[in-house]
Amino acid sequence: MAELEAGATGARRPRPISPHLQIYRPMLTMTMSIVHRITGAGLYFGMLLLAWWLIAAAAGPNAYANFEWFMGSLIGRLVLLGFTWALMHHLLGGIRHLVWDLGYGFQPAEREMLAVATIVGSIALTLLVWVIGYFAMGGLR
Amino acid sequence: MSGPRHNDMRTPMRRVRGLGAAHSGTADFWHMRVTSAAGVLLTIALVVIVISLLGRSHAAVVQILGSPIVAVIMLLFIVNSIYHMWIGMQEIILDYVHEDKLKFLSLMANTFFCFAVGLASCFAILKLSFGV
Ligand code: HEM
Repeated sequence: MAELEAGATGARRPRPISPHLQIYRPMLTMTMSIVHRITGAGLYFGMLLLAWWLIAAAAGPNAYANFEWFMGSLIGRLVLLGFTWALMHHLLGGIRHLVWDLGYGFQPAEREMLAVATIVGSIALTLLVWVIGYFAMGGLR
Repeated sequence: MSGPRHNDMRTPMRRVRGLGAAHSGTADFWHMRVTSAAGVLLTIALVVIVISLLGRSHAAVVQILGSPIVAVIMLLFIVNSIYHMWIGMQEIILDYVHEDKLKFLSLMANTFFCFAVGLASCFAILKLSFGV
């Protein structure tokens, strides 16, 4: 229609306008999408932590003691907990992307299921890793 | 995809190469998939290694991290993750930063960061392995 009219008058066809993000009702799948990006960015800077650990180990006992002191502090533990959760969430979110790349999981119910599995799974895996971690250290310290 | 159109501004060579505006075609897209697939295994391996080192003395950590199999897995994890996050952060920057100077500065900072963190981590592993 618009095309015909525009053609007839020789005017430019109006460009289609699509509503921006805020217009849509927030949904779990949208949230998971942005959380995947946020956890990716968090892990990006979290790689500094891994670098610090390895350099401290290579530098010697004193540097390593400093690293251990920081990781044993409340802030250190919180940062590490955050890193663990981000890693688990991004890992599961990434597997979800790989499932989509293979062509599965696009039905509405499947999408919702994958989103719920990602959030529940990431929390469960984080707890599991920390419980095993504390066991490996010989209990709570 | 379609044959030559009268309004196609590209030369035949550009059309044949099919690399588009980024000059690298779908390479980033594909490399993101490769590093993600590898990342699944390597992340699980990293978590296992870290847990097994918790609470150990510095000397023990040095010895285990420097042993060949652990060191190679760590190097794989580092190189894979750094390349993955280099492309990933570039994608984020291109999505949100549109002002030219700031965009190129951010892209450069991303490259510097990834090379610095990656090289430092790999260097540490190699030093632990060769025990210098
Ligand atoms: C420490 C490790 C990791 C870091 C630093 C990291 C970092 C990032 C960053 C910065 C992005 C860009 C985010 C975006 O474009 O929205 C990203 C995207 C992605 N990551 Fe990771 N990542 C890591 C591990 C993993 C793992 C283990 C997987 C495995 C499944 C994975 C799968 C993905 C996928 C599939 C994307 C693309 C998402 C998309 O296309 O929207 N990542 N990652």
